[in-house]
Amino acid sequence: MWNWFFQLASPKWFYTIARKVTPWLSVLMYSLMLAGLVLGLIFSPADYQQGNTVRIMYIHIPAAYMSMMIYVIMAVAGAIGLVWRMKMAHIVSVSCASIGAMFTALALLTGAIWGKPTWGTYWVWDARLTSELILLFLYLGFMALHSAYDDKKAADKASAVLALVGVVNIPIIHFSVEWWNTLHQGATLSKLEKPSMDTSMLWPLLIMIVAFKLYFVVTLFHKIRGEILLREKQASWVKKLVADSKQ
Amino acid sequence: MKNFNRIVTRELSVVFRSQSEFVYPLAFFIMVTSMFPLAVTPEPAQLAFIAPGVIWVAALLSLLLSLNAFYQSDFQDGSLEQMLLAGVSGSLIILAKAFANWIVTGLPLVLIAPIIGVLLNLELQANMIAMLALLIGTPSLCLIGAIGINLTVGLRNGGVLLTLLVLPLFIPILIFGASAVEAASIGKNYSGQLAILAAILILSLMLAPFAAAAAMKISID
Repeated sequence: MWNWFFQLASPKWFYTIARKVTPWLSVLMYSLMLAGLVLGLIFSPADYQQGNTVRIMYIHIPAAYMSMMIYVIMAVAGAIGLVWRMKMAHIVSVSCASIGAMFTALALLTGAIWGKPTWGTYWVWDARLTSELILLFLYLGFMALHSAYDDKKAADKASAVLALVGVVNIPIIHFSVEWWNTLHQGATLSKLEKPSMDTSMLWPLLIMIVAFKLYFVVTLFHKIRGEILLREKQASWVKKLVADSKQ
Repeated sequence: MKNFNRIVTRELSVVFRSQSEFVYPLAFFIMVTSMFPLAVTPEPAQLAFIAPGVIWVAALLSLLLSLNAFYQSDFQDGSLEQMLLAGVSGSLIILAKAFANWIVTGLPLVLIAPIIGVLLNLELQANMIAMLALLIGTPSLCLIGAIGINLTVGLRNGGVLLTLLVLPLFIPILIFGASAVEAASIGKNYSGQLAILAAILILSLMLAPFAAAAAMKISID
């Protein structure tokens, strides 16, 4: 029963599977993203208050959603690596970081672009915006710590500990930021007051969320494959692979 | 418990034999807080308005500065490794060191904060609450800081990296500490913020020593 779990731990097995699966996933991802964008940008109705600016939602919400999900995946993979000393888990955890940071930056950026026409300002110190900014800091800290170590094994373990500390802290930070915000000002403009979303807007959004998830998996597989080749460069199967690809 | 007392005594005697390094964070706290009137405005009402934030940010930074002195030399000369080899549990070492760190840096900050409060025109009650909030909040800072310093202690450019790692984790304490003082200065109820600071202290007492001990073992390996 645990066989697949141990197979997963073998870099070689993971590399071959990821290589086979990636093209199919990419095709699925591109078609979903195209469908989502066409539905969202052309066929979905404009908002009755916000007009066409609401369409940035189809990028913004999936990006914000992914930014949080990836941090949890990163921490869980790090914990698996610490507990079972599994090489692959650390590789997954480390490969997650830059993708997660990219999604967080994207969410902040699209949020700022969306904020200007709707709230009249690029940035407000609203609870959600602030937590997202702190999440970006946590990602950057993780990446900085990992690159500061010369020894890969120590780097993996140290950044896994940091990711776990961060994941315990995220709910506390989120809660404290929300408290802080309500202390300073009452109802802000931040909560978009719209009726529960119409299905013509909901479908493109859901499609985009799935497409972004697939994008994450595809990019993650690419990064993992690179990381495996780099770390296993002394292994005979990697040498054979490189020799074969040169011909 | 005996080991805890031994480590604390050892840390304190190290401190009292080489005073200078341990006085820096306190001097830093006083100097940074006195820069703000010069930079922002000497106007009393404005100063009282920014005082809670200034005191708390300066306290965070000076505690961050103090961490290095407690872990760096013990890591480099192998004392930490010897303590671990002698069978003392890692989390106990962290707990004792964080306690000594708080006695040497945190407690003086708590005691000197009212004077800074007077300089920044904070009224009496808010000043007392600032002291109380620092008393509950600074031990958590020492404990969380211990995680960060143990992750970076073996690195060449650990100092700046430590700041990057630890400051985001300090944010909840900063928010509740400063807002307790602010609430007290406008006559609102501040017990909620203090209770949450206490809850954070309990949580970090339970979890931080384990995380920091794991980090210490990674750095030593």
